[in-house]
Amino acid sequence: MKQANIIVIGGGLAGLMTTIKIAEAGQKVQLFAMQPVRRSHSVCAQGGINAAINLKGEGDSIWTHFDDTVYGGDFLANQPLVKRMCEAAPDIVELTARMGVMYNRTPEGNLDFRRFGGTKFHRTAFAGTTTGQQLVYALDEQVRRHEAEGLVTKFEGWELLSPVIHNGACRGITAMNLNTMEVRAFPADAVVAATGGIGAIFGLSTNSLVNTGSAASALYQAGAVYANPEFVQVHPTAMPGEDKLRLISESARGEGGRVWVPRDGRPWYFLEDWYPAYGNLVPRDIASRAIFKVVHELGLGVDGGEVVYMDISHLNPRDIDRNLYGIAEIYERFSGDDPRKVPMRVFPAVHYNMGGLWVDDSMATNVPGLFAAGEAEYQHHGANRLGANSLVSCIFDGMVAGPAAVAYAEGLQKRSGEISSGIFEAEANLQRDINADILNTGGTENPFDLFREMGDLMRKNVTVIRKNDDLKKTDEKLAEMLERCGRLNVVDKSPVANTSLVFARELKNMLILARAITVGALMRDESRGAHYKPEYPMRDDAGWLKTTRASFTPDGPEISYEPVDVSLIVPRERHYDVD
Amino acid sequence: MREFVMSDNFTIKIRRQDGPDAKPYWQEFEVNFRPGMNVVIALQDIRRDPVTIDGVKADPVVWECSCLEEVCGSCAMVINGRARQACSALIEDLDRPVTLEPLAKFPVVRDLMVDRSSLFENFARVRAWIPIDGTYPMGPGPQVSQEEQEAAYPLARCITCGCCLAACPQVNNNSSFMGAAVLNQATLLNSYPTGRMNRAARLDVVRGDGGLAGCGNAQNCERVCPKSIPLVSSIARLNREALLDAVKRWLGK
Repeated sequence: MKQANIIVIGGGLAGLMTTIKIAEAGQKVQLFAMQPVRRSHSVCAQGGINAAINLKGEGDSIWTHFDDTVYGGDFLANQPLVKRMCEAAPDIVELTARMGVMYNRTPEGNLDFRRFGGTKFHRTAFAGTTTGQQLVYALDEQVRRHEAEGLVTKFEGWELLSPVIHNGACRGITAMNLNTMEVRAFPADAVVAATGGIGAIFGLSTNSLVNTGSAASALYQAGAVYANPEFVQVHPTAMPGEDKLRLISESARGEGGRVWVPRDGRPWYFLEDWYPAYGNLVPRDIASRAIFKVVHELGLGVDGGEVVYMDISHLNPRDIDRNLYGIAEIYERFSGDDPRKVPMRVFPAVHYNMGGLWVDDSMATNVPGLFAAGEAEYQHHGANRLGANSLVSCIFDGMVAGPAAVAYAEGLQKRSGEISSGIFEAEANLQRDINADILNTGGTENPFDLFREMGDLMRKNVTVIRKNDDLKKTDEKLAEMLERCGRLNVVDKSPVANTSLVFARELKNMLILARAITVGALMRDESRGAHYKPEYPMRDDAGWLKTTRASFTPDGPEISYEPVDVSLIVPRERHYDVD
Repeated sequence: MREFVMSDNFTIKIRRQDGPDAKPYWQEFEVNFRPGMNVVIALQDIRRDPVTIDGVKADPVVWECSCLEEVCGSCAMVINGRARQACSALIEDLDRPVTLEPLAKFPVVRDLMVDRSSLFENFARVRAWIPIDGTYPMGPGPQVSQEEQEAAYPLARCITCGCCLAACPQVNNNSSFMGAAVLNQATLLNSYPTGRMNRAARLDVVRGDGGLAGCGNAQNCERVCPKSIPLVSSIARLNREALLDAVKRWLGK
């Protein structure tokens, strides 16, 4: 075995699993994360993790999990990869149970499973409603063990600025220490980007504030292809708020929660009415559109506002405490109301990025030496992700990307250490100059106002309902904002923990990725999964059963397409009203 | 405390510090109240246009936050004298003026941002992990009774915010006490069927320097814990385990 040096960027589930796999192969990892990895956004995943272990004797199978996922994703995912993920899911759940995840148990002491959207089976293992948190902690503990053994070095509080590309291959990164503002280049034989989601591009979302997509955007700008940018999931049930739209997990419906609005003085359970076969457990794209229809077309929002009820008040409080405690706690704390007694007030919110960095079946991007894993890549969820599939895909990706990065690094003819240090220093200097420019520009644009403008625009025009006129105007406006972004007024000049400087850099990257999302949506003239255009209300397999590939140019994204691998399941019409 | 109405303004007093070695100072800002507003939103307002109550331009206030739903543990600070999360501190529930200080007991990086890396280092000291054989498929792992799961799950909800250390009189410059969050990790890992196999190694650590002996049973930890973790009984359980284990070893069993 040749000693290699591999960099992982991101400390969520995908980054942690990648790190564990590389360390397990005996190679050294440098793990970069913007914050202590235990605080990564994966902790916000609530409801559970899917695996067709069939412990309820319902006849669930790997194939059914695979079929539900492909069908739920409206046939946009490359099928062999989805199948491989579903095959690995039972092992992933069992592995994490061995690591100590406090999964809920049956009376016999086996893993308990509950229902989630887009399936008829009890397939979701869960630890209360803090499953993501418990998984992050378990993986964090394993990484700490490898760290204690000297295989892992953590760089917590560092943010990726750029990849170092030499002769077309990724040879390392530049990163900034968010406390000291030091900019440094780090050579590596392979780099894995597990940089997470992009919710902040929409201003308000269910995501943590760190989910800016800035790192993925930096890689895209350096030549990595970005796939299916237009596919952004809007979750049907989140608490409205000024700082964040707090998620109320789909598991609330999996445990029997019902969505309704008052109509003629009585509750109208519109999802059960419209979709009798799946009821409240229709996939998220369907539920979000139904809520938009009820609120915006029928004018039936609660108190005339953008609100519907998510009701668990009829459930046994003991069951709520055992199975849904985490969301009951969040709702009560932030709204002041007890969901055991009154229905929760919710509305759809941007939640998950099905799109992401283009990767092949070994999680390699088009840039040699650069891999991607987790929400940062695009492979598994097609046009719409099923609930409780994200935790599987994040961990699964790490299991693929880690060994793939090791194989690539070990096979390299020339180690990163043999490359002239001037290459790295040049890139670091370039990044230092960008910082200096931002601090010295003396512009007039307030970065926080510009951020709000971007978010408002994206939420209004590029979420549940998309119209070509609006999308076109949105892209023009984004281009104009990008130009304004070159004239920022960053008040803070401090060399210590300058969060304003960091934010200014992220803002530009967000705007660039926002253009890819918007242009991808503008060009796709059909409706598929989360992407819905009233002007083109049907899925169009003849014209659009293809993956979007966005390449960065300074004038905006350059879009091309490639076929989707549908070799295992013939695409069929998607409906959830009847079986 | 009077009722709030829209368009009311209120004052926030912030203890600021420009860097790790700089001298702290206080600044006051006026913020416009909105219903549902929390301390994070107020800080975001100040950051947008940082001008003090006396009309003096200031640097934006620096603080940490991420998930905004009390599960990441980032935004812990001292609010009106109490260590808690800024995201769940609703302005309408707070006495005004609102005072913000960095989380006590941890070195300040800048303003309300502190360095809590010692917490994670102590997790490593107590070997807060299960040494699994590998990540390859090896079957379903241990069965766990509902009773065990329901007892252990609350301990597993610790968000490493550090509030329990900030509020603990035994955590100070003259002591090496690791604090409740760290000891609780040892209790938690010791309670899992496979974690139990390495119990002795963890108990050795918590019997040593900075461990159980440092706890003065003030019970502040449990009072400030945002996740209502039963830290007092968690530490008591670890204490019992450590004692029993020591006796057994002394008897040569």
